[in-house]
Amino acid sequence: MGRGGARRRRERLRWSKLYSFACIRPSVLLDADAAAAAADSLGGPGFSRIVHCNQPRLHRKKPLKYPTNYISTTKYNILTFLPKALFEQFRRVANLYFLLAAILSLTPVTPFSAVSMIAPLAFVVGLSMAKEALEDWRRFMQDMKVNSRKVGVHKGDGQFGYKHWQKIRVGDVVKVEKDQFFPADLLLLSSSYEDGICYVETMNLDGETNLKVKRSLEITLQLDEDEAFRDFTATIRCEDPNPSLYTFVGNFEYERQVYALDPNQILLRDSKLRNTSYVYGVVIFTGHDSKVMQNATKSPSKRSRIERKMDKIIYILFTLLVLISLISSIGFALKTKYGMPHWWYLQPQNTTNLFDPSKSLISGIFHLVTALILYGYLIPISLYVSIEVVKVLQAMFINHDLLMYDEDTGNPAQARTSNLNEELGQVHTILSDKTGTLTCNQMDFLKCSIAGVSYGRGSSEVEIAAAKQIASEASGTADQNSNDPDLWENNRGDSGSLEIEIEGGITYSVEKAAKSKIKGFSFEDDRLMHGNWTKEPNAATIILFFRILALCQTAIPEFNEETGSFNYEAESPDEGAFLVAAREFGFEFCKRTQSSVFIRERYSSSEHPIEREFKILNLLEFSSKRKRMSVIVRDESGQILLLCKGADSIIFDRLSKNGRTYEAETSKHLNEYGEAGLRTLALAYRVLEESEYSAWNGEFFKAKTSIGSDRESHLERVSDLIERELILIGATAVEDKLQRGVPQCIDKLAQAGLKIWVLTGDKMETAINIGYACSLLRQGMKQICLSATNNDLLAQDAKKAGKESLLMQITNALQMVKLEKDPHAAFALIIDGKALTYALEEDMKDQFLSLAVNCASVICCRVSPKQKALVTRLVKEGTGKTTLAIGDGANDVGMIQEADIGVGISGVEGMQAVMASDFSISQFRFLERLLVVHGHWCYKRIAQMICYFFYKNIAFGLTIFYFEAYTGFSGQSVYDDWYMLLFNVVLTSLPVISLGVFEQDVSSEVCLQFPALYQQGPKNVFFDWYRIFGWMGNGLYSSLVIFFLTIGIIYDQSFRAGGQTADMAAVGTTMFTCIIWAVNVQIALTMSHFTWIQHVFVWGSIITWYLFLIAYGMSSPLISGNNYQILLEALGPAPIYWFVTLVVAAACNIPYLAHISFQRQWNPLDHHVIQEIKYYKKDVEDQNMWKRERSKARQETKIGFTARVDAKIRQLKGKLHRKAPSSTVQTST
Amino acid sequence: MANDKVAYVQNEGIDKTCTRILTVPKDMGRPIYVYYQLDNFYQNHRRYVRSQNDAQLRDAGKANYTSDCAPEKKTSDGSPIVPCGLIAWSLFNDTYSFVRGNENLAVNKKGISWKSDREHKFGKDVYPKNFQNGTLIGGGKLDPNKPLSEQEDLIVWMRTAALPTFRKLYGKIETDLKENDTITVTLENNYNAYSFSGKKKLVLSTTSWLGGKNDFLGFAYLSFGGLCFFLATAFTLAYMINPRKLEDPLSLSRTKNLLDH
Repeated sequence: MGRGGARRRRERLRWSKLYSFACIRPSVLLDADAAAAAADSLGGPGFSRIVHCNQPRLHRKKPLKYPTNYISTTKYNILTFLPKALFEQFRRVANLYFLLAAILSLTPVTPFSAVSMIAPLAFVVGLSMAKEALEDWRRFMQDMKVNSRKVGVHKGDGQFGYKHWQKIRVGDVVKVEKDQFFPADLLLLSSSYEDGICYVETMNLDGETNLKVKRSLEITLQLDEDEAFRDFTATIRCEDPNPSLYTFVGNFEYERQVYALDPNQILLRDSKLRNTSYVYGVVIFTGHDSKVMQNATKSPSKRSRIERKMDKIIYILFTLLVLISLISSIGFALKTKYGMPHWWYLQPQNTTNLFDPSKSLISGIFHLVTALILYGYLIPISLYVSIEVVKVLQAMFINHDLLMYDEDTGNPAQARTSNLNEELGQVHTILSDKTGTLTCNQMDFLKCSIAGVSYGRGSSEVEIAAAKQIASEASGTADQNSNDPDLWENNRGDSGSLEIEIEGGITYSVEKAAKSKIKGFSFEDDRLMHGNWTKEPNAATIILFFRILALCQTAIPEFNEETGSFNYEAESPDEGAFLVAAREFGFEFCKRTQSSVFIRERYSSSEHPIEREFKILNLLEFSSKRKRMSVIVRDESGQILLLCKGADSIIFDRLSKNGRTYEAETSKHLNEYGEAGLRTLALAYRVLEESEYSAWNGEFFKAKTSIGSDRESHLERVSDLIERELILIGATAVEDKLQRGVPQCIDKLAQAGLKIWVLTGDKMETAINIGYACSLLRQGMKQICLSATNNDLLAQDAKKAGKESLLMQITNALQMVKLEKDPHAAFALIIDGKALTYALEEDMKDQFLSLAVNCASVICCRVSPKQKALVTRLVKEGTGKTTLAIGDGANDVGMIQEADIGVGISGVEGMQAVMASDFSISQFRFLERLLVVHGHWCYKRIAQMICYFFYKNIAFGLTIFYFEAYTGFSGQSVYDDWYMLLFNVVLTSLPVISLGVFEQDVSSEVCLQFPALYQQGPKNVFFDWYRIFGWMGNGLYSSLVIFFLTIGIIYDQSFRAGGQTADMAAVGTTMFTCIIWAVNVQIALTMSHFTWIQHVFVWGSIITWYLFLIAYGMSSPLISGNNYQILLEALGPAPIYWFVTLVVAAACNIPYLAHISFQRQWNPLDHHVIQEIKYYKKDVEDQNMWKRERSKARQETKIGFTARVDAKIRQLKGKLHRKAPSSTVQTST
Repeated sequence: MANDKVAYVQNEGIDKTCTRILTVPKDMGRPIYVYYQLDNFYQNHRRYVRSQNDAQLRDAGKANYTSDCAPEKKTSDGSPIVPCGLIAWSLFNDTYSFVRGNENLAVNKKGISWKSDREHKFGKDVYPKNFQNGTLIGGGKLDPNKPLSEQEDLIVWMRTAALPTFRKLYGKIETDLKENDTITVTLENNYNAYSFSGKKKLVLSTTSWLGGKNDFLGFAYLSFGGLCFFLATAFTLAYMINPRKLEDPLSLSRTKNLLDH
């Protein structure tokens, strides 16, 4: 201690002296009995872990060998890849069927050669497995990146050296530096602060952005330098690995004493050290044992809705397959029994079991197998692989979309699994994280109200966008720019002014300043800036206001040599914004000592600043329960002041009689700010008499030093005593900067008919503010707030009472929603985490869900990661609709995995969310394009593609069946084996792939302009049973036409001038030519978007068929058999061959043509109309019409800007009608 | 009765020659193609179609290639049958000759098969061996001194037909026939079609550029054309009665209806 103490820096602070609530030091030395008792329970099941601190080598051998810190999120490793991946492949029924067929093709039962069965299967399975391997490899590389991060580890003799994370073992002492992640779950030993506290950002764990204070045990405080660990040993006995983030039970045995440990000393993996230069800690849980990894659930393999439905269709086809196989084998058995004895040319007397007339039953059973293989063409073998190829290519389009590329971070959008592309087009509900997803988590001081006067002329993003929207809607002029995204791009970044006046006389003025922007400060008002505030009438109040900003905080100043001013390390970004604001106003917080805060005050720009010292007597810090924070200071004149900032409702309750001078104006301003989407706090003060203070302080000290579970409530009560009789000064409005384009994106998504739920770890007020900021909430919306009543009853009773009261709230709210008559009325549901625990329970979740789906927006606050996942599951399973979860932190992993689609924001924070996600984008606003453009396209592409696949395989497969009837059901195919092999793999694959990759019903711009088109996906217009059976019917019809027209025309007569009659090869080849033409013309009719690629693929496939025939005909007759020279010698010169092709191809497609003509003419879908408008260039000629169409195409929505503006316009109109100038602000209920 | 017929046709001792008289219904220009037609004969049966070996037919050195040819692979003493398999074994062997008045109408049996078959599929140096020597006699026999490439009846027969009713080219008559010519056909009824209650037919036909006579093509085209015409009329009428302006904006409001469901 001696040497270390000498070197310790003087400016170190003992925070514990200041903090009242957070730093409860429980370092209770357990007495011997208690220690024994504790040891008992700790040794028991679930509490068996023993960690020898600083002796990692003890953990090399069993039984103390714990997993290494290596983490792996891959699905396979080198050894398990083959068996596991094969198993995955053959879990698909279709693949299993083809595997069996391939095996059976080696026996004489087969109707085809073995190669023609095995080759396509090997190709298909090989391709899918290659894709799996590639994806897993990417995951592996991500893991490696994390595993090879470095951290300082004690290597013995007081020496620390850097090691990879994966090398860290249990028992290692590590030194983590500022802004580094903790490599494993650690026990905090000491920190750069003298009293062993440190700040931790747990954003990745629970999404909360305010810093948490952790503090070490008193006993380990002296271990605060490298040298001290030379001979350090201790033992930790604690709980086994478990996923609970907020509990920890353990003992610390050090120097023959036993100390109890609690979560306050535990630093969790994936949280980050902030505002603290370094900490020392002992590794307790490594790798997959760590709490965050225990929380990670196995990433489930997700399958899209369409694919699941496709499986059903495959089952239908299997049923059909079995059915016609049965028909065919019964037919065969009868023919064999009664016909074959007479067919002497088959030598019925010399047969095997396969064709034995005397054992027709056995032959029939064998034939069933043959038939099952023969008609296998009903099941499209290449469907899965084609879909996979298509999806990989679609994913490439998503990855390479420049409009989803973030130039700031250099991150493109990324489809991490390509399984779910089409699911993007069917999303019904979006569940979004808030921090880092909707907001940047960067606060900007924007407005304030001091002494009843509102300052600050800057406008929030919400105001600006709303003003523009109103301008464009209400002025009635055609908006020339509406086609481009200009409307959305304009925000505060550029200069210019916009002033709009509408009927009510509401003026929105947007002034742009060209000056350089200060981070966290967007305030613009010359009345306060540049020292001008001294000329304001209430200058004395203004000084007090600024001092509260500068004093009522817990930040640490850091001198920035570049700018010559101070930066602040604050617990929350709001506090940082206040300090920056105070600095800009001339009240620069420059130094903090153990007992004082120093502020440089400058009253006008010319004057030299005066440094003033304020003694901090007490600090009553913020907690979500108190919703306020106070400091008690003594200024230079010796006056004692209590400065308080807090939620307006709390402050207003605590005002003294003479402190309410500005209440009316301030609350009016607060409402305005709230409406503008700003976070507000009210500021107040109180002058304390010396005697009053010392009396209170005595009581407070008693409470602070008391020990026991009621210490906190005791403290709260005492704090409450002094935080009374306040005098209101004013209020602040801070903008939680939304990420770029978030309100616009939400608006568009709302127009596309999507429901948006916000799930946040933040407190309710913050969440509501953000709700306003991104237009999920607006004035006039009826807010239903559900929260659990907090009482101190016994746990069981509390739960019961809580549940009952919640049930009451839900039932009442449901009643209210049901009774609402106004069609424009919108409800918002806001629920906090505690209430959510009850609401998610089995017996209540249905009511909760039915209430939630009736509300336009839903905001859940203070939810844990687990609850996020549970809510997601509830929505997913309760509504049966597709859910999309979007988030950026590790706390969102659960919900990202649970949702049908998980989207990760690849921002600056850790990669966990991205790792768990199916898609990653770098900004929330890209979600619009991802869903409305790519999702919409992919959905249609895949849906059409699958329908077409079934069509073509039915059209082809059934012709084989018809032919059977003419061969005595013997299992002979009219087609050559090679034709069949090529049909799926070569001749019809590329056109359908090009359909799946390139098809677009309308261009991406139109998708964005008509968000309502998106609804085709969630309504599943393109993959409903009606459509599927329609396509199957089309396939059936085509097969009939192809088969019977062909054999009718090429019957027994000679088919050419040379007199030769057609043999089986000629008939088969002709028929096959007809199929190739029919299915390719069909796909050409299906496509609505042609580029040269589609032309090459569709017509190229037909040409390929002829080229193949020529090449096949030229190969040795040993290979081609009866098809030798078939095209050049036999069929090509015969006109009838070409006539058949023409009439069959045309006849196959006429019903479809008639159908689409009819639909387009009399029953058009939206995209048909838009296609026509675009085709005739009506959008250019008649802009009014185009605009009208666009507004009409909006999904009726109750959230978002558009709804907000609509509501505003309705409100204004209402006012005009009443002719009563009303200045009251409609407040939400 | 059927058994009698089978016994009759299988009895090699009996002379099965008979005559039929045909009257030509209208003028037929040469060449006139002579076909035999079999009904209810499953040349497309899987057991039948497979029962041959291309390698053996093409290459004299590959006489032992008799895989797939079961049950007509080898003679009882184990030497390979050329050509092996059921198809060849059941070769059609009725013969026809035609007389008009006193004039003998020559039947040209050259060039009735595909040129490529003669030149590339059936070897010029492959001679029938052990053919129809077994206990079971199927159809016709082959001249062991003629290479397979010249056995055009076999080549034609080996091209298995797609349907159980089929015609195969027997030969060509290189003479014009006039209306009401009477032709006496002398045929040898060797081939057993009685067992499977099949019919044998003799067809004389000319060809046009489209091949032989089959009305179905015309029927198909006419009815398809009719359907197209009907659809075109129906669409035109419907459009006139209940038109929709192509890019009718009102149609979009359907969105809402769609969404309200």
